[in-house]
Amino acid sequence: MTPRSIILEQVCKSFGRQIALQNVDLAFAPGECVGLVGHNGAGKSTLIKLMLGLSRPDSGRVSVLGEDPAGRAGARTRWVVGYLAENVALYPALTGVETIEFYARLKGIRRADALTLLSRVGLAAEARLRTVRTYSKGMRQRLALAQAMLGAPRVLLLDEPTSGLDPGLRQSFYEILHELREGGATILLSSHQLTELEGAVDRVIVMAHGRKMADGDMLHLRRLAGVAPLLRIRLDQAARPLPAGWHSAAGGSLELTCAEEEIAGRLRALPDGVVSVEILRPSLDDIYATFLRQPETAAREGGG
Amino acid sequence: MKAVLIIANKEFRDGLRNRWVLAITILLAVFALTLAFLGAAPTGTVRTTALAVTVVSLSSLSIFLLPLIALLLSFDAIVGEMERGTLGLMLAYPVARWQVVAGKFLGHVSILTLATVAGYGVAGMVVATTSGGAGGWGAFLLLIASSVLLGAAFIAIGYVLSASVSDRATAAGLAIGVWLGFVLIYDMALLGVLVADRGRILGSAAVNWLLLFNPADAYRMLNLGATPGARLFSGMAGLAGDLLLPPAAMAGALALWVAIPLGAAMLLFQRREI
Repeated sequence: MTPRSIILEQVCKSFGRQIALQNVDLAFAPGECVGLVGHNGAGKSTLIKLMLGLSRPDSGRVSVLGEDPAGRAGARTRWVVGYLAENVALYPALTGVETIEFYARLKGIRRADALTLLSRVGLAAEARLRTVRTYSKGMRQRLALAQAMLGAPRVLLLDEPTSGLDPGLRQSFYEILHELREGGATILLSSHQLTELEGAVDRVIVMAHGRKMADGDMLHLRRLAGVAPLLRIRLDQAARPLPAGWHSAAGGSLELTCAEEEIAGRLRALPDGVVSVEILRPSLDDIYATFLRQPETAAREGGG
Repeated sequence: MKAVLIIANKEFRDGLRNRWVLAITILLAVFALTLAFLGAAPTGTVRTTALAVTVVSLSSLSIFLLPLIALLLSFDAIVGEMERGTLGLMLAYPVARWQVVAGKFLGHVSILTLATVAGYGVAGMVVATTSGGAGGWGAFLLLIASSVLLGAAFIAIGYVLSASVSDRATAAGLAIGVWLGFVLIYDMALLGVLVADRGRILGSAAVNWLLLFNPADAYRMLNLGATPGARLFSGMAGLAGDLLLPPAAMAGALALWVAIPLGAAMLLFQRREI
Protein backbone atom coordinates (compact mmCIF):
# COMPACT_ATOMS: atom_id res chain seq x y z
CA MET A 1 0.00 0.00 0.00
CA THR A 2 1.26 3.43 -0.86
CA PRO A 3 2.17 5.48 2.17
CA ARG A 4 -0.24 8.32 2.83
CA SER A 5 0.66 11.52 4.61
CA ILE A 6 -2.87 12.90 4.73
CA ILE A 7 -6.09 10.89 4.78
CA LEU A 8 -9.67 12.12 4.95
CA GLU A 9 -12.45 9.57 5.18
CA GLN A 10 -16.12 10.37 4.74
CA VAL A 11 -15.62 13.79 6.24
CA CYS A 12 -18.74 15.89 6.84
CA LYS A 13 -18.80 19.37 8.27
CA SER A 14 -21.52 21.96 8.56
CA PHE A 15 -21.78 25.38 10.12
CA GLY A 16 -25.27 25.73 11.45
CA ARG A 17 -27.57 24.86 8.56
CA GLN A 18 -24.94 25.49 5.95
CA ILE A 19 -23.23 22.34 4.74
CA ALA A 20 -19.52 22.95 4.17
CA LEU A 21 -18.35 19.42 3.38
CA GLN A 22 -20.28 16.30 2.44
CA ASN A 23 -18.73 12.84 2.61
CA VAL A 24 -15.33 13.88 1.35
CA ASP A 25 -12.69 11.17 0.85
CA LEU A 26 -9.15 12.28 0.05
CA ALA A 27 -5.67 10.83 0.32
CA PHE A 28 -2.30 12.39 -0.38
CA ALA A 29 1.05 10.67 -0.75
CA PRO A 30 4.46 12.04 0.24
CA GLY A 31 6.06 13.96 -2.60
CA GLU A 32 2.72 14.71 -4.21
CA CYS A 33 1.70 18.20 -5.23
CA VAL A 34 -2.07 18.52 -5.44
CA GLY A 35 -4.26 21.40 -6.52
CA LEU A 36 -7.52 22.03 -4.74
CA VAL A 37 -9.89 24.00 -6.92
CA GLY A 38 -13.28 25.39 -6.15
CA HIS A 39 -15.28 28.58 -6.10
CA ASN A 40 -15.52 30.67 -2.95
CA GLY A 41 -17.43 28.67 -0.39
CA ALA A 42 -16.79 25.33 -2.09
CA GLY A 43 -15.17 23.95 1.04
CA LYS A 44 -11.45 24.43 0.26
CA SER A 45 -10.58 26.46 3.32
CA THR A 46 -12.70 24.23 5.54
CA LEU A 47 -10.72 21.22 4.29
CA ILE A 48 -7.44 22.94 5.06
CA LYS A 49 -8.62 23.99 8.52
CA LEU A 50 -9.60 20.39 9.26
CA MET A 51 -6.11 19.24 8.24
CA LEU A 52 -4.59 21.85 10.54
CA GLY A 53 -6.80 20.81 13.45
CA LEU A 54 -8.28 24.30 13.69
CA SER A 55 -11.65 22.70 13.35
CA ARG A 56 -13.07 19.20 13.84
CA PRO A 57 -15.22 17.17 11.43
CA ASP A 58 -18.85 16.49 12.39
CA SER A 59 -18.31 12.94 11.23
CA GLY A 60 -15.59 11.04 9.42
CA ARG A 61 -11.88 10.89 10.08
CA VAL A 62 -8.94 13.21 9.38
CA SER A 63 -5.37 12.02 9.75
CA VAL A 64 -2.20 14.00 9.06
CA LEU A 65 1.12 12.14 9.31
CA GLY A 66 -0.71 9.40 11.18
CA GLU A 67 -2.23 11.64 13.85
CA ASP A 68 -5.54 13.39 14.40
CA PRO A 69 -4.55 17.03 13.86
CA ALA A 70 -7.19 18.32 16.32
CA GLY A 71 -6.14 15.82 18.98
CA ARG A 72 -3.46 16.06 21.62
CA ALA A 73 -0.82 14.51 19.36
CA GLY A 74 -1.77 16.92 16.60
CA ALA A 75 0.47 19.60 18.12
CA ARG A 76 3.45 17.29 17.49
CA THR A 77 2.75 17.01 13.79
CA ARG A 78 2.62 20.79 13.47
CA TRP A 79 6.39 20.96 13.85
CA VAL A 80 6.52 19.72 10.26
CA VAL A 81 3.42 21.37 8.82
CA GLY A 82 3.60 24.65 6.93
CA TYR A 83 0.52 26.78 6.37
CA LEU A 84 -0.25 29.81 4.31
CA ALA A 85 -3.64 31.32 5.04
CA GLU A 86 -6.01 32.82 2.54
CA ASN A 87 -5.98 36.65 2.82
CA VAL A 88 -2.56 36.60 4.46
CA ALA A 89 -2.82 38.04 7.92
CA LEU A 90 0.34 39.03 9.75
CA TYR A 91 0.97 41.30 12.73
CA PRO A 92 1.05 44.86 11.34
CA ALA A 93 3.20 46.25 14.16
CA LEU A 94 6.07 43.80 13.63
CA THR A 95 8.79 44.23 11.02
CA GLY A 96 9.47 41.58 8.40
CA VAL A 97 12.45 40.28 10.36
CA GLU A 98 10.55 40.25 13.65
CA THR A 99 7.68 38.39 12.01
CA ILE A 100 9.85 35.61 10.64
CA GLU A 101 11.79 35.47 13.94
CA PHE A 102 8.57 35.10 15.91
CA TYR A 103 7.38 32.17 13.82
CA ALA A 104 10.85 30.63 13.69
CA ARG A 105 11.05 30.66 17.50
CA LEU A 106 7.69 28.91 17.74
CA LYS A 107 9.10 26.14 15.56
CA GLY A 108 12.50 26.17 17.22
CA ILE A 109 14.33 27.16 14.05
CA ARG A 110 17.61 29.06 14.04
CA ARG A 111 17.42 32.75 13.21
CA ALA A 112 19.93 32.51 10.39
CA ASP A 113 17.94 29.79 8.64
CA ALA A 114 14.78 31.84 8.96
CA LEU A 115 16.42 34.93 7.49
CA THR A 116 17.69 32.93 4.51
CA LEU A 117 14.06 32.26 3.62
CA LEU A 118 13.42 36.01 3.32
CA SER A 119 16.03 36.21 0.57
CA ARG A 120 14.58 33.12 -1.03
CA VAL A 121 11.14 34.64 -1.41
CA GLY A 122 12.73 37.83 -2.65
CA LEU A 123 11.79 40.19 0.14
CA ALA A 124 13.99 43.22 -0.44
CA ALA A 125 16.59 43.95 2.24
CA GLU A 126 15.32 47.47 2.85
CA ALA A 127 11.80 46.15 3.44
CA ARG A 128 12.79 43.68 6.15
CA LEU A 129 13.22 46.33 8.80
CA ARG A 130 9.98 48.09 8.01
CA THR A 131 6.75 47.19 9.78
CA VAL A 132 4.37 44.89 7.94
CA ARG A 133 1.78 47.69 8.07
CA THR A 134 3.70 49.47 5.29
CA TYR A 135 3.92 46.40 3.02
CA SER A 136 2.19 45.97 -0.33
CA LYS A 137 0.07 42.85 -0.86
CA GLY A 138 2.85 41.17 -2.79
CA MET A 139 5.38 41.82 -0.03
CA ARG A 140 3.05 40.44 2.61
CA GLN A 141 2.50 37.37 0.46
CA ARG A 142 6.26 36.83 0.19
CA LEU A 143 6.71 37.12 3.93
CA ALA A 144 3.82 34.73 4.53
CA LEU A 145 5.35 32.25 2.09
CA ALA A 146 8.66 32.44 3.92
CA GLN A 147 6.99 31.55 7.21
CA ALA A 148 5.10 28.66 5.59
CA MET A 149 8.43 27.16 4.50
CA LEU A 150 10.07 27.39 7.93
CA GLY A 151 11.68 24.14 9.00
CA ALA A 152 11.41 22.21 5.71
CA PRO A 153 7.81 21.07 6.24
CA ARG A 154 6.66 17.56 5.31
CA VAL A 155 3.15 18.83 4.74
CA LEU A 156 2.53 22.21 3.17
CA LEU A 157 -1.02 23.56 3.09
CA LEU A 158 -1.24 26.66 0.95
CA ASP A 159 -4.55 28.52 0.67
CA GLU A 160 -4.47 30.73 -2.45
CA PRO A 161 -0.68 31.07 -2.33
CA THR A 162 -0.05 32.79 -5.64
CA SER A 163 -2.64 35.54 -5.47
CA GLY A 164 -0.86 38.87 -5.42
CA LEU A 165 2.42 37.48 -6.74
CA ASP A 166 3.93 38.85 -9.93
CA PRO A 167 4.71 36.28 -12.65
CA GLY A 168 8.45 36.26 -11.88
CA LEU A 169 7.93 35.48 -8.25
CA ARG A 170 5.25 32.94 -9.06
CA GLN A 171 7.85 31.11 -11.11
CA SER A 172 10.38 31.09 -8.29
CA PHE A 173 7.63 30.08 -5.90
CA TYR A 174 6.91 27.01 -7.99
CA GLU A 175 10.63 26.24 -8.09
CA ILE A 176 10.77 26.29 -4.31
CA LEU A 177 7.73 24.02 -4.17
CA HIS A 178 9.43 21.66 -6.59
CA GLU A 179 12.45 21.36 -4.27
CA LEU A 180 10.28 20.70 -1.22
CA ARG A 181 8.39 18.08 -3.14
CA GLU A 182 11.59 16.37 -4.26
CA GLY A 183 12.39 16.14 -0.58
CA GLY A 184 9.17 14.17 -0.05
CA ALA A 185 6.83 16.93 1.14
CA THR A 186 3.12 16.67 0.44
CA ILE A 187 1.92 19.96 -0.98
CA LEU A 188 -1.66 21.08 -1.24
CA LEU A 189 -2.36 24.27 -3.16
CA SER A 190 -5.80 25.77 -3.26
CA SER A 191 -7.01 28.17 -5.88
CA HIS A 192 -10.27 29.29 -7.36
CA GLN A 193 -8.74 29.25 -10.81
CA LEU A 194 -7.72 26.02 -12.42
CA THR A 195 -5.42 27.87 -14.86
CA GLU A 196 -3.26 29.05 -11.94
CA LEU A 197 -2.31 25.47 -11.20
CA GLU A 198 -1.66 24.09 -14.67
CA GLY A 199 1.81 22.68 -14.97
CA ALA A 200 2.46 23.07 -11.24
CA VAL A 201 0.54 20.15 -9.80
CA ASP A 202 0.41 16.38 -10.34
CA ARG A 203 -3.25 16.09 -9.54
CA VAL A 204 -6.27 18.30 -9.21
CA ILE A 205 -9.24 17.95 -6.90
CA VAL A 206 -12.29 19.93 -7.91
CA MET A 207 -14.63 20.90 -5.10
CA ALA A 208 -18.10 22.38 -5.45
CA HIS A 209 -20.85 22.81 -2.90
CA GLY A 210 -18.87 20.92 -0.29
CA ARG A 211 -18.42 17.82 -2.42
CA LYS A 212 -15.55 16.33 -4.34
CA MET A 213 -16.52 16.68 -8.01
CA ALA A 214 -13.39 15.29 -9.60
CA ASP A 215 -9.98 13.99 -8.63
CA GLY A 216 -7.21 13.23 -11.11
CA ASP A 217 -4.60 14.64 -13.45
CA MET A 218 -5.42 17.28 -16.04
CA LEU A 219 -6.05 14.75 -18.83
CA HIS A 220 -8.43 12.83 -16.63
CA LEU A 221 -10.28 16.06 -15.84
CA ARG A 222 -10.58 16.93 -19.50
CA ARG A 223 -12.05 13.56 -20.25
CA LEU A 224 -14.36 13.68 -17.30
CA ALA A 225 -15.65 17.08 -18.26
CA GLY A 226 -16.41 15.77 -21.74
CA VAL A 227 -15.45 19.04 -23.35
CA ALA A 228 -13.93 18.14 -26.73
CA PRO A 229 -11.10 20.02 -28.46
CA LEU A 230 -11.89 22.12 -31.52
CA LEU A 231 -9.80 21.83 -34.71
CA ARG A 232 -9.60 24.86 -36.97
CA ILE A 233 -7.89 24.75 -40.36
CA ARG A 234 -7.35 27.04 -43.28
CA LEU A 235 -7.02 25.68 -46.80
CA ASP A 236 -5.67 27.44 -49.87
CA GLN A 237 -8.07 28.13 -52.74
CA ALA A 238 -6.99 25.07 -54.74
CA ALA A 239 -7.59 22.48 -52.08
CA ARG A 240 -10.41 20.22 -53.23
CA PRO A 241 -12.44 18.32 -52.30
CA LEU A 242 -13.39 19.85 -48.96
CA PRO A 243 -12.87 17.22 -46.22
CA ALA A 244 -16.03 15.59 -44.89
CA GLY A 245 -17.41 16.54 -41.48
CA TRP A 246 -15.85 19.99 -41.36
CA HIS A 247 -18.02 23.03 -41.40
CA SER A 248 -17.24 26.56 -42.50
CA ALA A 249 -16.61 29.15 -39.89
CA ALA A 250 -15.90 32.88 -39.86
CA GLY A 251 -12.93 34.15 -41.85
CA GLY A 252 -13.04 31.31 -44.39
CA SER A 253 -11.69 28.67 -41.99
CA LEU A 254 -13.11 25.23 -41.34
CA GLU A 255 -13.85 23.82 -37.91
CA LEU A 256 -14.44 20.40 -36.40
CA THR A 257 -15.03 19.19 -32.87
CA CYS A 258 -13.61 15.76 -32.06
CA ALA A 259 -12.29 13.63 -29.22
CA GLU A 260 -8.66 13.95 -28.13
CA GLU A 261 -7.83 10.49 -29.59
CA GLU A 262 -9.23 11.35 -33.03
CA ILE A 263 -7.17 14.48 -33.60
CA ALA A 264 -4.20 12.81 -35.28
CA GLY A 265 -6.40 10.76 -37.64
CA ARG A 266 -8.48 13.76 -38.60
CA LEU A 267 -5.39 15.78 -39.47
CA ARG A 268 -3.85 12.96 -41.51
CA ALA A 269 -7.05 12.71 -43.56
CA LEU A 270 -6.80 16.32 -44.72
CA PRO A 271 -6.10 17.00 -48.43
CA ASP A 272 -3.05 18.91 -49.66
CA GLY A 273 -3.14 22.67 -49.44
CA VAL A 274 -3.56 23.12 -45.69
CA VAL A 275 -2.30 26.60 -44.83
CA SER A 276 -2.69 26.49 -41.04
CA VAL A 277 -3.89 24.18 -38.26
CA GLU A 278 -5.02 25.21 -34.81
CA ILE A 279 -6.05 22.89 -32.00
CA LEU A 280 -8.20 24.76 -29.54
CA ARG A 281 -8.42 22.79 -26.32
CA PRO A 282 -11.01 23.89 -23.82
CA SER A 283 -9.35 26.05 -21.22
CA LEU A 284 -9.11 24.69 -17.73
CA ASP A 285 -11.64 27.25 -16.65
CA ASP A 286 -14.07 25.88 -19.27
CA ILE A 287 -13.56 22.43 -17.82
CA TYR A 288 -14.10 23.71 -14.34
CA ALA A 289 -17.26 25.49 -15.44
CA THR A 290 -18.66 22.18 -16.75
CA PHE A 291 -18.17 20.58 -13.35
CA LEU A 292 -20.09 23.39 -11.79
CA ARG A 293 -22.90 23.07 -14.32
CA GLN A 294 -23.40 19.35 -13.84
CA PRO A 295 -22.86 18.78 -10.18
CA GLU A 296 -24.64 15.44 -9.91
CA THR A 297 -23.09 13.55 -12.83
CA ALA A 298 -19.63 14.86 -12.21
CA ALA A 299 -19.84 13.97 -8.54
CA ARG A 300 -20.79 10.41 -9.38
CA GLU A 301 -17.90 9.96 -11.77
CA GLY A 302 -15.46 11.87 -9.61
CA GLY A 303 -16.34 9.77 -6.62
CA GLY A 304 -15.98 6.49 -8.59
CA MET B 1 6.59 26.73 28.42
CA LYS B 2 8.91 28.18 25.83
CA ALA B 3 6.01 28.96 23.49
CA VAL B 4 4.30 30.86 26.32
CA LEU B 5 7.34 33.10 26.73
CA ILE B 6 7.69 33.64 22.97
CA ILE B 7 4.07 34.75 22.71
CA ALA B 8 4.32 36.88 25.86
CA ASN B 9 7.40 38.59 24.48
CA LYS B 10 5.59 39.34 21.25
CA GLU B 11 2.55 40.78 23.04
CA PHE B 12 4.75 42.93 25.24
CA ARG B 13 6.66 44.23 22.25
CA ASP B 14 3.36 44.95 20.50
CA GLY B 15 2.31 46.90 23.57
CA LEU B 16 5.49 48.94 23.54
CA ARG B 17 5.26 49.64 19.84
CA ASN B 18 1.58 50.52 19.84
CA ARG B 19 2.43 52.95 22.67
CA TRP B 20 -0.02 51.21 24.98
CA VAL B 21 2.61 51.08 27.70
CA LEU B 22 3.47 54.73 27.30
CA ALA B 23 -0.14 55.87 27.22
CA ILE B 24 -1.14 53.88 30.32
CA THR B 25 1.95 54.97 32.24
CA ILE B 26 1.35 58.64 31.52
CA LEU B 27 -2.34 58.35 32.31
CA LEU B 28 -1.68 56.64 35.64
CA ALA B 29 1.17 59.01 36.57
CA VAL B 30 -0.86 62.13 35.79
CA PHE B 31 -3.88 60.94 37.77
CA ALA B 32 -1.69 59.73 40.62
CA LEU B 33 0.25 63.00 40.88
CA THR B 34 -2.91 65.08 40.69
CA LEU B 35 -4.57 63.04 43.42
CA ALA B 36 -1.41 63.00 45.50
CA PHE B 37 -1.16 66.77 45.60
CA LEU B 38 -4.86 67.46 45.92
CA GLY B 39 -5.36 64.80 48.53
CA ALA B 40 -2.22 65.29 50.63
CA ALA B 41 -3.54 68.39 52.42
CA PRO B 42 -5.35 66.76 55.36
CA THR B 43 -2.38 64.79 56.64
CA GLY B 44 -1.61 67.30 59.41
CA THR B 45 -4.81 66.95 61.37
CA VAL B 46 -5.34 63.19 61.23
CA ARG B 47 -1.66 62.44 61.81
CA THR B 48 -1.17 60.03 59.01
CA THR B 49 1.54 60.12 56.35
CA ALA B 50 1.13 61.67 52.94
CA LEU B 51 1.73 58.30 51.30
CA ALA B 52 -1.07 56.66 53.25
CA VAL B 53 -3.44 59.36 52.08
CA THR B 54 -2.24 58.91 48.55
CA VAL B 55 -2.88 55.17 48.82
CA VAL B 56 -6.49 55.78 49.74
CA SER B 57 -7.16 58.20 46.89
CA LEU B 58 -5.18 56.15 44.39
CA SER B 59 -7.02 52.96 45.23
CA SER B 60 -10.33 54.72 44.62
CA LEU B 61 -9.00 55.85 41.27
CA SER B 62 -7.58 52.44 40.35
CA ILE B 63 -10.94 50.77 40.90
CA PHE B 64 -12.31 52.73 37.95
CA LEU B 65 -9.26 53.01 35.77
CA LEU B 66 -7.42 49.69 35.95
CA PRO B 67 -10.37 47.42 35.09
CA LEU B 68 -11.08 49.66 32.13
CA ILE B 69 -7.49 49.58 30.89
CA ALA B 70 -7.28 45.83 31.48
CA LEU B 71 -10.48 45.16 29.53
CA LEU B 72 -9.29 47.41 26.72
CA LEU B 73 -6.07 45.40 26.50
CA SER B 74 -7.79 42.04 26.54
CA PHE B 75 -11.24 42.21 24.98
CA ASP B 76 -10.03 41.50 21.44
CA ALA B 77 -7.07 39.28 22.31
CA ILE B 78 -8.75 36.19 20.89
CA VAL B 79 -11.73 37.30 18.83
CA GLY B 80 -9.74 40.15 17.27
CA GLU B 81 -6.92 37.87 16.15
CA MET B 82 -9.51 35.43 14.92
CA GLU B 83 -11.18 38.11 12.80
CA ARG B 84 -7.88 39.30 11.39
CA GLY B 85 -6.78 35.73 10.66
CA THR B 86 -3.53 35.78 12.61
CA LEU B 87 -4.82 33.30 15.18
CA GLY B 88 -5.28 30.50 12.66
CA LEU B 89 -1.70 30.90 11.57
CA MET B 90 -0.36 30.86 15.13
CA LEU B 91 -2.33 27.70 15.89
CA ALA B 92 -0.85 26.05 12.79
CA TYR B 93 2.42 26.12 14.74
CA PRO B 94 3.28 23.60 17.44
CA VAL B 95 1.55 25.65 20.13
CA ALA B 96 -1.21 24.42 22.43
CA ARG B 97 -4.20 26.68 22.82
CA TRP B 98 -3.70 27.15 26.55
CA GLN B 99 -0.19 28.36 25.75
CA VAL B 100 -1.61 31.06 23.50
CA VAL B 101 -3.87 32.30 26.31
CA ALA B 102 -1.10 32.02 28.91
CA GLY B 103 1.38 33.84 26.67
CA LYS B 104 -1.00 36.67 25.95
CA PHE B 105 -1.85 36.90 29.64
CA LEU B 106 1.79 37.11 30.64
CA GLY B 107 2.45 39.77 27.99
CA HIS B 108 -0.57 41.88 28.91
CA VAL B 109 0.11 41.62 32.63
CA SER B 110 3.71 42.70 32.00
CA ILE B 111 2.47 45.76 30.12
CA LEU B 112 0.12 46.62 32.96
CA THR B 113 2.76 45.96 35.62
CA LEU B 114 5.33 48.15 33.94
CA ALA B 115 2.82 50.97 33.52
CA THR B 116 1.51 50.71 37.10
CA VAL B 117 4.94 50.49 38.71
CA ALA B 118 6.23 53.39 36.63
CA GLY B 119 3.10 55.56 36.84
CA TYR B 120 2.29 55.07 40.52
CA GLY B 121 5.96 54.74 41.44
CA VAL B 122 6.74 58.22 40.13
CA ALA B 123 3.82 59.64 42.08
CA GLY B 124 4.90 57.82 45.25
CA MET B 125 8.47 59.11 44.98
CA VAL B 126 7.30 62.67 44.44
CA VAL B 127 4.91 62.54 47.39
CA ALA B 128 7.49 60.97 49.68
CA THR B 129 10.15 63.53 48.77
CA THR B 130 7.95 66.60 48.96
CA SER B 131 6.16 65.69 52.20
CA GLY B 132 9.37 64.61 53.92
CA GLY B 133 7.62 61.69 55.62
CA ALA B 134 8.98 58.27 54.80
CA GLY B 135 6.24 56.16 56.36
CA GLY B 136 3.49 54.35 54.53
CA TRP B 137 5.63 52.56 51.96
CA GLY B 138 4.20 49.22 52.97
CA ALA B 139 0.69 50.31 52.07
CA PHE B 140 1.99 51.89 48.88
CA LEU B 141 3.71 48.71 47.75
CA LEU B 142 0.57 46.76 48.61
CA LEU B 143 -1.36 49.23 46.47
CA ILE B 144 0.89 48.62 43.48
CA ALA B 145 0.88 44.85 43.90
CA SER B 146 -2.88 44.64 44.38
CA SER B 147 -3.46 47.04 41.46
CA VAL B 148 -1.55 44.65 39.21
CA LEU B 149 -3.63 41.78 40.61
CA LEU B 150 -6.84 43.72 39.96
CA GLY B 151 -5.70 44.46 36.42
CA ALA B 152 -4.78 40.80 35.90
CA ALA B 153 -8.26 39.73 37.05
CA PHE B 154 -9.92 41.98 34.48
CA ILE B 155 -7.49 40.91 31.77
CA ALA B 156 -8.53 37.33 32.45
CA ILE B 157 -12.22 38.32 32.44
CA GLY B 158 -11.62 40.08 29.11
CA TYR B 159 -10.25 36.82 27.68
CA VAL B 160 -13.38 34.96 28.75
CA LEU B 161 -15.45 37.46 26.75
CA SER B 162 -13.02 37.33 23.86
CA ALA B 163 -13.06 33.54 23.74
CA SER B 164 -16.85 33.25 23.83
CA VAL B 165 -18.09 35.71 21.21
CA SER B 166 -17.74 35.69 17.44
CA ASP B 167 -17.02 39.33 16.65
CA ARG B 168 -15.04 42.17 18.15
CA ALA B 169 -17.96 44.55 18.47
CA THR B 170 -19.83 42.14 20.72
CA ALA B 171 -16.71 41.65 22.81
CA ALA B 172 -16.31 45.42 23.17
CA GLY B 173 -19.93 45.84 24.21
CA LEU B 174 -19.71 43.05 26.75
CA ALA B 175 -16.46 44.50 28.11
CA ILE B 176 -18.19 47.81 28.80
CA GLY B 177 -21.05 45.92 30.43
CA VAL B 178 -18.67 43.96 32.64
CA TRP B 179 -16.89 47.16 33.64
CA LEU B 180 -20.11 48.95 34.52
CA GLY B 181 -21.37 45.87 36.31
CA PHE B 182 -18.40 45.30 38.58
CA VAL B 183 -17.32 48.90 39.11
CA LEU B 184 -20.62 50.71 39.46
CA ILE B 185 -23.73 48.58 39.43
CA TYR B 186 -22.66 45.78 41.79
CA ASP B 187 -22.04 48.14 44.72
CA MET B 188 -25.19 50.12 44.08
CA ALA B 189 -27.25 46.96 43.86
CA LEU B 190 -25.66 45.63 47.03
CA LEU B 191 -26.38 48.89 48.80
CA GLY B 192 -29.97 48.78 47.60
CA VAL B 193 -30.40 45.25 48.89
CA LEU B 194 -28.87 46.18 52.24
CA VAL B 195 -31.15 49.18 52.63
CA ALA B 196 -34.21 47.15 51.74
CA ASP B 197 -33.16 44.28 53.98
CA ARG B 198 -32.21 46.42 57.01
CA GLY B 199 -30.03 43.71 58.44
CA ARG B 200 -32.86 41.20 58.81
CA ILE B 201 -31.47 38.49 56.57
CA LEU B 202 -28.05 39.66 55.46
CA GLY B 203 -25.64 39.90 58.36
CA SER B 204 -22.25 41.60 58.19
CA ALA B 205 -20.58 38.28 57.44
CA ALA B 206 -22.79 37.82 54.39
CA VAL B 207 -21.95 41.30 53.19
CA ASN B 208 -18.25 40.58 53.58
CA TRP B 209 -18.63 37.47 51.49
CA LEU B 210 -20.66 39.27 48.87
CA LEU B 211 -17.87 41.80 48.51
CA LEU B 212 -15.50 38.99 47.63
CA PHE B 213 -17.66 38.16 44.63
CA ASN B 214 -16.52 41.36 43.00
CA PRO B 215 -12.80 41.77 42.32
CA ALA B 216 -13.10 45.55 42.50
CA ASP B 217 -14.59 45.33 46.01
CA ALA B 218 -12.00 42.82 47.16
CA TYR B 219 -9.35 45.26 45.96
CA ARG B 220 -11.00 48.19 47.71
CA MET B 221 -11.29 46.38 51.02
CA LEU B 222 -7.73 45.16 50.75
CA ASN B 223 -6.29 48.64 50.26
CA LEU B 224 -8.58 50.61 52.54
CA GLY B 225 -8.46 48.24 55.42
CA ALA B 226 -5.05 46.64 55.31
CA THR B 227 -2.94 49.19 57.17
CA PRO B 228 -3.81 51.37 60.18
CA GLY B 229 -2.93 54.57 58.31
CA ALA B 230 -5.25 53.78 55.45
CA ARG B 231 -8.04 52.65 57.76
CA LEU B 232 -7.84 55.90 59.64
CA PHE B 233 -8.14 58.08 56.62
CA SER B 234 -10.59 56.01 54.63
CA GLY B 235 -13.23 55.97 57.33
CA MET B 236 -12.82 52.24 57.86
CA ALA B 237 -11.26 52.58 61.29
CA GLY B 238 -14.51 52.12 63.17
CA LEU B 239 -15.51 49.13 61.12
CA ALA B 240 -12.15 47.47 60.95
CA GLY B 241 -12.63 45.42 64.11
CA ASP B 242 -15.46 43.14 63.15
CA LEU B 243 -16.51 43.91 59.61
CA LEU B 244 -13.46 43.24 57.53
CA LEU B 245 -12.13 39.91 56.48
CA PRO B 246 -8.37 39.58 56.92
CA PRO B 247 -6.28 41.10 54.10
CA ALA B 248 -5.12 37.63 53.13
CA ALA B 249 -8.72 36.66 52.34
CA MET B 250 -9.08 39.69 50.09
CA ALA B 251 -5.80 38.97 48.36
CA GLY B 252 -6.84 35.34 48.02
CA ALA B 253 -10.16 36.38 46.50
CA LEU B 254 -8.36 38.59 44.00
CA ALA B 255 -6.00 35.76 43.10
CA LEU B 256 -8.99 33.49 42.51
CA TRP B 257 -10.49 36.21 40.35
CA VAL B 258 -7.37 35.89 38.20
CA ALA B 259 -7.11 32.10 38.19
CA ILE B 260 -10.73 31.12 37.59
CA PRO B 261 -11.45 33.38 34.59
CA LEU B 262 -8.07 32.53 33.12
CA GLY B 263 -8.83 28.82 33.37
CA ALA B 264 -12.31 29.41 31.97
CA ALA B 265 -10.88 31.37 29.03
CA MET B 266 -8.47 28.51 28.28
CA LEU B 267 -11.29 25.95 28.36
CA LEU B 268 -13.56 28.08 26.17
CA PHE B 269 -10.76 28.69 23.69
CA GLN B 270 -9.87 24.99 23.63
CA ARG B 271 -13.35 24.14 22.34
CA ARG B 272 -13.49 26.96 19.87
CA GLU B 273 -13.49 26.34 16.12
CA ILE B 274 -11.23 28.77 14.32
